[in-house]
Amino acid sequence: MNDNIILQVKNLSKAFGGVTAVNDVSFDLARGEIMGVIGPNGSGKTTLSNLITGFIKKDAGSVVFNGKDISRWPAYKIADAGLARTFQVMRPYATLAAYKNLVPPLFSPRARRTARGKLGDRSAVAIDILEEVGFERDARVPYKLAGTLPLGYLKRLELCRCLALRPELIICDEVFSGLSMSEIASMVPLMERLRRDGITLIMVEHRLRELFRIADKVLVLNFGEKIAEGLSQDIFKVEKVKQAYFGGEDCYVSSE
Amino acid sequence: MELIIYGLVNSISLILMSIGFALAYGVSRVPNFAHGALYILTGYMTWVFLNQFGLPYLLSIILALIVIAVIGYLLYQVILIRVRGMPISEIIASFGVGLAILEFLRWTGLRGMAHMLPLFVKGRVYIFSVPIDYQRLIIIGAGIAVLTLLWMFTTYTKTGLSLKAIAQNERAALTLGIDSDRAAAVAVSLGAVLAGLAGVLLLPLGNIVVETGYEVLVFAIAVSVCGGLGSWKGAVLASLLIGFAQTLTVTYLASHYHFVVALLVIIVVLIAKPSGLYGKQKELEERV
Amino acid sequence: MQELRKERLDRGVKVRCDSIYAVSSLKEVMFLVGPGLALVLILLVLPLVVSPYWQRVLSITGIYVLLSIGFGFLANYVGLVCLGGALFVGVGGYLSGIMNSVGVPMILSIPIAAFAGAVICTVLLLPCLPLRGVYFAIVSFVYPLLAARLIAATGIFGGTDGIAGLDVLTNRWFNIYLIFFVLLVAIFFMSRLVNYEDLGLVFRGVKDNEQAIIASGINITWYKAQAVFIAAFLGCFGGAYLTHLYGWVGMSLFAIDFSILPVAATVVGGSGILYGPLLGTFLLVPLSEMMRDYGTLRIVFYAVILVFFVVFWTEGIMEYLRRKYEQFEHWVRV
Repeated sequence: MNDNIILQVKNLSKAFGGVTAVNDVSFDLARGEIMGVIGPNGSGKTTLSNLITGFIKKDAGSVVFNGKDISRWPAYKIADAGLARTFQVMRPYATLAAYKNLVPPLFSPRARRTARGKLGDRSAVAIDILEEVGFERDARVPYKLAGTLPLGYLKRLELCRCLALRPELIICDEVFSGLSMSEIASMVPLMERLRRDGITLIMVEHRLRELFRIADKVLVLNFGEKIAEGLSQDIFKVEKVKQAYFGGEDCYVSSE
Repeated sequence: MELIIYGLVNSISLILMSIGFALAYGVSRVPNFAHGALYILTGYMTWVFLNQFGLPYLLSIILALIVIAVIGYLLYQVILIRVRGMPISEIIASFGVGLAILEFLRWTGLRGMAHMLPLFVKGRVYIFSVPIDYQRLIIIGAGIAVLTLLWMFTTYTKTGLSLKAIAQNERAALTLGIDSDRAAAVAVSLGAVLAGLAGVLLLPLGNIVVETGYEVLVFAIAVSVCGGLGSWKGAVLASLLIGFAQTLTVTYLASHYHFVVALLVIIVVLIAKPSGLYGKQKELEERV
Repeated sequence: MQELRKERLDRGVKVRCDSIYAVSSLKEVMFLVGPGLALVLILLVLPLVVSPYWQRVLSITGIYVLLSIGFGFLANYVGLVCLGGALFVGVGGYLSGIMNSVGVPMILSIPIAAFAGAVICTVLLLPCLPLRGVYFAIVSFVYPLLAARLIAATGIFGGTDGIAGLDVLTNRWFNIYLIFFVLLVAIFFMSRLVNYEDLGLVFRGVKDNEQAIIASGINITWYKAQAVFIAAFLGCFGGAYLTHLYGWVGMSLFAIDFSILPVAATVVGGSGILYGPLLGTFLLVPLSEMMRDYGTLRIVFYAVILVFFVVFWTEGIMEYLRRKYEQFEHWVRV
C-alpha cells in the first residue's frame, strides 16, 4: 500500500431501517490533501463522516487510517489515533469560558502523548490554540462564556477542539455554513494554513465556491452513492453531478 | 400442565399490571412511577365504596375507575406537565406522588389482612384436571379483551390514532394540529384506568396491601424494559417470558424468587440488550 | 456632603469569569471564604450543644450527607443519575461486617471495605454506564433491591438475621467528629475537583456533551467509572461506619431510604451546587427524626415536599441562598 495514502475507505454502507443513507462508497485520500465532500441535502454526507469516525456503526465496508484498519474501533479510539472531527451542531459548554472548553481535549491521552510531557498549564495552552485560529483580535474573547460567542467564533472553537489533539486528519462538517461572506473569507486562509501544517482535511460543505478554491479534489454524493470524484474544476462537467444539482436541464456553471 | 396454566395466568396478570405503564410511556414519554399507587388506590376505593357506602360491587368498580381516571388526568395536568421533557424530574415527581398516596393509605390503616375484595364469581373448574378458580379465568378473558380493545382503540379511533402519532413523532403530530398535552393527559389517564382495572381484577386474589403497590411498579418496569418500551408485541412477549420464568422458579425454588426474577430481568436486559426484545432502532439510540 | 451608593459586594471580586478572582481587602476575602468557614464552625460546634440522642442522629445524618454529595456529584457534574445509594451502603457495610466477623479489626476493616466496596460497586455498575439517564437510574435502583432479596432468599451472610456481635465504635465524641471530618474532607475535595481541576472539567464535559468528549479521544466509560468510584467510595465508607455504629449488619443496609433520601436532599437543597445536597440532608434527616411519632405520615410529608420542590421550586434552597448571598450590597463612596 502506498505510504502516502492516509485514509482509505472501501465499500462503506449504512442503512437506517429501510433507508440507505450511505451505499458502497469508496475513496482514497493522500496525506496533505484537502478533499471536499458535496451533495444535495440528505445525500449522506454527515452520515459518511459519522461512519468514518465511528460515531455510527457500519453495516459493511472498511476504513483504513494510516495503514491501520479502524473499521471496528470505538469512536474515542479513532479520535485518539489522530482522526479528529468537528460537529455540524456545535454544543459548547455554554457556562464555561471559551478557553475552558479546550481543557477536556487537552486532557485526552493523545494530547498528552503528542505534547511529550511538555504540556504545562492546560488553560495557557488552550488560550494559545485559540489565538492561533483568530481569537487574537480581541484579547477578552477567550474568557467570555462559550454560550455568548457568535457563530464564527464557535466554529473556530470547534476547530480548536480538534487542533488540541494535534490530529493528522480533520473531518470538518460544514464549518462554512451559516457564516457571513467576510467570516468565510477569514476562514479560508485558516484552512490553507492547516494544510501547510501538514494536516489532511475532509471538508463536508454546501458552500461550493469557497470549497473549490481550497479543495484539491471533490467527492459528490447523491442518495448515499458516490456519483463522482475528481478535481474541483472538472467536477461539474460530469453529467450525473449536473443532474443531481440542477435537475436534468442543460445548464451552465458560472465560472467566476 | 399445571405449570402452563398458572404460567399463563401469571403472564396475563403481568400484562394487565404493566400495560397502563407501557401505554403512558409509549405515548407521552411520561414514565408514570405512580403506577403501582394507582393500582392499589383503585382497589382501596372499590373496597371503600363496597363496604363503607354499601354500593353494589359492579357500581363500586365503575365509580373507582372513573375517579382514578380523573386522578390520572389531574396528575398530568397539575404536576407532570410542568416537568415535561426532564425525565429525571418526571420520575421523581411521579414517584413522589405514588409514595405519598401509598404511605398515606398505610397511615389511614391499610395494613394487615383487613382489606379484601370479594371474588367476582366463587368456585373453580377443572381444566385438564388442574383446578382453576373462575377469578383467574376471568383474568385471562379480561386480559385478552383489554389487549384487543386497546389494539382497536389505537388502530380505528381518532383519539387512539392521534396518541399513536404523538408517540411516533411529536413534532410532526403538532403540525397536524394534535394537542400533545391533551393527548398525553389522556394517555396518562388511560394508563391510570388500566392500572385500576388490573387492580380490581387481580386484588380479589389476595389482600389489599401497600407493598403490592411497589411490586406492581417493579413488574411494570420489568415488562416494559424487557419488551422494549412502546412496543405492544414486546410487552406481551416479555410478560409471557417473565410470567413463565416466575412460575417456574416459584415451583422449583422458593416463593422468594418471584420478585428476584423480575429484578434480574431488568438488570440483565438493560445490560445485554438495552433496546429490549422488540425495541426499535430509535429506542436503542435513545437509551444508549 | 459625601455621596454614597450601593454596590454588590462580589462586583470587584469576580474578574472576567467565574474561576478567576481578584481580592483586594480582608472584607472581600471573608466574602469568599466566609461560607466555608461558617460550615466548619457549625459542624464543630453542633455536637457540643445537642444531647447524646441527637448526636447519634447527627452521625447518621453524616452518612446521608456522604451519599447525597456522591449523588449530587454524579447527577450534576457527570450526568449520571445513580439511585444506588443503598447499594453503596450495603456493600460497604456487609464487607466491613464480614471482615470484622472473621477477626479483622475495625481500623482496618472500615477503610478496606470503603475501597474494596467502591471497586465492587463500580464493577457492578460498569456494564450499564453507557445507558442513558433514566435507564441507568433504574438499574442502579434495582441492584440493592435485588441484593436484599437474594440475601433473604439464599440465607447467605446471616440471611434475614444479619451478622451481629461486631465491634462497636463506642466513643460518641469520636464517632460524630470522625464522620464530620470525613464529610468536610469529602466536600472540600469534591468542590475543588469540580470547580478547579481539569479532571472536573472532563466530568462536566461528559455531562454536557458526550460526543465532544468522545471526539476528543477520551474514553468516557473510563471517566464515568472513575466518577462512580468516587461516589461509591463515600457511600461504602458510610456503610462501613454505620455497621460499626450499631455493631450489626443486616438487610436494612440495602433499604431504599439510602437511595431515595439523597435524591430528596438534592432536590430540596438545590442541584446546581455541591453544598445543596449537604443543606438538604441536614434539613430532611433531623426533620424526619422529629416526625418519628407520626409513623408513615412523615413519608407522605416527605413526598409532598419532594414533589413541591421538583415541580415548583426547581432551584432549591441552597441555590436561592447563594444568589441572595452574591447579591449582598455594601455602601461605597461615589
